[in-house]
Amino acid sequence: MKARRLIAILLVVCVMLTLASCGKKDKAASEMTVQIGPNPETLDPALNSAVDGGNMLITLFETLLIIDENNEVQPGQAESYTVSEDGLTWTFTMRDGLKWSDGSELNAKDFEYTMKRICDPDTAAPYGETVVGMIKGYPDADKLDVKASEDGKTLTIVLSYPCAYFDKIVAFGTMSPVQKATIETNGDTWATKPETYVCNGPYMISSWTPGERIVCTKNPNYKGGWDSEKIVTDTINFLLLEDSSAAYAAYTSGEAQMIKDVPTEEIPSLKKSTDGGDFYVDTILGTYYLNLNCKKEPFNNVNVRKALNLAIDRDYIANTIMQGTYTPAYNFVGPGVADAEGSFFDNAVKANGGETYISKDYEANKKAAKEALAEAGYPDGKGFPTITYSTNDSGYHVAVAEYLQQCYKEVLGITMNIDKVEWASFTPQRREGNYEMARNGWVMDYNDASNMIELLYSTNGNNDGKYNNPAFDKAIDDSKVADIPAHFSALHEAEKIMMADYANVPVAYYNDFWLQSSSLKGVWHSPYGYWYFQYGYVEEAPAK
Amino acid sequence: MLKYAVKRVAMGLLSIFIVATLTFFLMNMVPGGPFVAEKSISQEAQAALAAKYGLDKPIMQRYATYMTDFLKGDMGVSLRQRGRTVSGIIFSKFPVSARLAGIAVLIALLLGIPLGCLSAYNRGKLADNTIIVFTTCGIAIPSFISSVLLLYFFGSKLNILPTVGLNSLASYIMPVTALAIYPTAYITRLMRSSLLDVMGQDYIRTAKAKGLANFKIIFKHALRNAVLPVITYVGPMLAGLMTGSFVVEKIFTIPGLGREFVSSIVNRDYTMVMGTTIILATLIITANVIVDILYKVIDPRINLK
Repeated sequence: MKARRLIAILLVVCVMLTLASCGKKDKAASEMTVQIGPNPETLDPALNSAVDGGNMLITLFETLLIIDENNEVQPGQAESYTVSEDGLTWTFTMRDGLKWSDGSELNAKDFEYTMKRICDPDTAAPYGETVVGMIKGYPDADKLDVKASEDGKTLTIVLSYPCAYFDKIVAFGTMSPVQKATIETNGDTWATKPETYVCNGPYMISSWTPGERIVCTKNPNYKGGWDSEKIVTDTINFLLLEDSSAAYAAYTSGEAQMIKDVPTEEIPSLKKSTDGGDFYVDTILGTYYLNLNCKKEPFNNVNVRKALNLAIDRDYIANTIMQGTYTPAYNFVGPGVADAEGSFFDNAVKANGGETYISKDYEANKKAAKEALAEAGYPDGKGFPTITYSTNDSGYHVAVAEYLQQCYKEVLGITMNIDKVEWASFTPQRREGNYEMARNGWVMDYNDASNMIELLYSTNGNNDGKYNNPAFDKAIDDSKVADIPAHFSALHEAEKIMMADYANVPVAYYNDFWLQSSSLKGVWHSPYGYWYFQYGYVEEAPAK
Repeated sequence: MLKYAVKRVAMGLLSIFIVATLTFFLMNMVPGGPFVAEKSISQEAQAALAAKYGLDKPIMQRYATYMTDFLKGDMGVSLRQRGRTVSGIIFSKFPVSARLAGIAVLIALLLGIPLGCLSAYNRGKLADNTIIVFTTCGIAIPSFISSVLLLYFFGSKLNILPTVGLNSLASYIMPVTALAIYPTAYITRLMRSSLLDVMGQDYIRTAKAKGLANFKIIFKHALRNAVLPVITYVGPMLAGLMTGSFVVEKIFTIPGLGREFVSSIVNRDYTMVMGTTIILATLIITANVIVDILYKVIDPRINLK
């Protein structure tokens, strides 16, 4: 009986506590709560390599240039910039009265320090080569040709080769300015504590409970490219949820107004935003593809690669297996990527006679795949060795692998084994070329097709397929010019070559999918996979 | 007694040393490394990182360095959570997990022991059968199921309990419940069987023959002996729970230590793997030593030699 009474008392206490916590919801200050990923490993701009970390950075920092809601490059901390005729010298003029979140002055010298820090091998910035690799003097930080004027008003950067997309590079999160004083005083720990985390963006961190939440408040010292009048929300709570059902519970209970990690099993029951619901699907600049190890038999045969490429039903993979959260990929570079004029994808299709490189007609593809395999010397798969497909086990990867296994057997008569590899072992194994066929994917860092196509350059660190075609390499070399139309035409040429070589198997284009309450306004999603929260606010429901 | 205690502590220290050594070499044998990412890092940056964290040195030298530093109380810096030290992470997260575990174990004891007694006392009756059914469910249902069910009903559907973090008293209810279900059920069953066993002993029969009230027999004579297995169980269980539950912490977004165990291994964060493993080993071994000594206190018949 005692136990029962105890339970009864406990229950009453619970209910009272709950009611008490419910009553406290009168908000004086405006806030919004969102979930974009788990606890970031680092928020040091130079060290971050994660998309969710990058998303935090664009909220907390502001680079020389920023990317607006129309994906146009706009002035950020720099009010203007000029480029020399040879495309090598970029001069940025800073805004007046710029400040760090701690109130101290910020100028071009801070950007000089930042870029040299990224270049320094001791910093070990994962994106170092991507963002400062084209600056003259790289990889020697002391010789890096970045100079701030004595008064800190202008920043001059000299490149070693013309880089048509350098404006997008300086808008990349890694290039966010960092304060020398706090780094020199606090070392690596500067980016782990709100007190020492000095930033310059619209928001700053006011508390960080690792593994639970990061609370950001409006930066009173902010000045830059975003319209201060539109930054209205006082507090943004970033919930650091790892589990998609936890994220979903936070969303359905009203605790969060937006979540990125939607449980895949819930997707069929969610109402799409296009039908007036709260489930959004939007393009990001990325491609899910399969690597074929071009150095190994039988993948060094172009007809084998062609057969493996054409035998699969991309529409079925993207829309059925991946529940429409991906878009079927028939070219390597997907929609949303910019060209000199218009979209790179549209122009590639136009140049290819109105067709994607891989036809959308699956029946015709199947036939062509069989013919290609026969031409390679394996009619109906006879004599073809058993191949192994390596993948890590997360998301839809294993489901896709099982589809490939079945499809290759039915269409080509090929036996394929699946090798599930744990994540931390998978990437190094693939990079070393220690596989036959493997899952791969790339989300672009900046909106220039080179970022995707260069993955196949013979010496690129991410050329996991070990593809090597001198004509392709030449086209990439030719793209490194200041002349924008010439840059893009070389890239189109490169894509054409690699698609004709069936260098890899594009499967689907990445999308982001998320849940967003209709009360959350002013937030937009960019094709880089970022949500821009600076103008976001929660519209209170009208009183009943 | 003192000699025994010293011997046990010395054995404990040796066990911790063996665990640490084995973990060090095993984790280095696993393929992959801490600086693996989908996008490749340049050779220079990789070399700089390896040099910075001493990973470029031969394994025996690294082992010697780690052990010497560890004896000086330095567990190193996390290789993945840049700028954070292993001891800093452990000491900021351990109290959270320990607090949850403490409450859960307290509840398990407060519910489990009386329920076990009730069940044994009413052996074969409705109350006993009901308790057995519930405890069987409690043992059989893994915490990832119970956590998700709690989250779904109380967090999502009824929307009466907060789902994220530990920021109010109410937010403790779901994670503590999820953590306490299994130990409560286990203690109940343990208590029941142990009490039934004791109730069959001669001295209880004597007590009954003397005409003592049932209530008195159980609480005065039987319980003290019957509770011994529970104590044996509670020590290591508390140690295990104190280092956090991966599942419960992940689902309820609790900034505890449990998640660090798994993520440090997945991330090949070598120093974190060592730190968390040594902490867990130390806690479990300490709990066992304490339990052994407590035995003597509760049951003077036990001879510790």
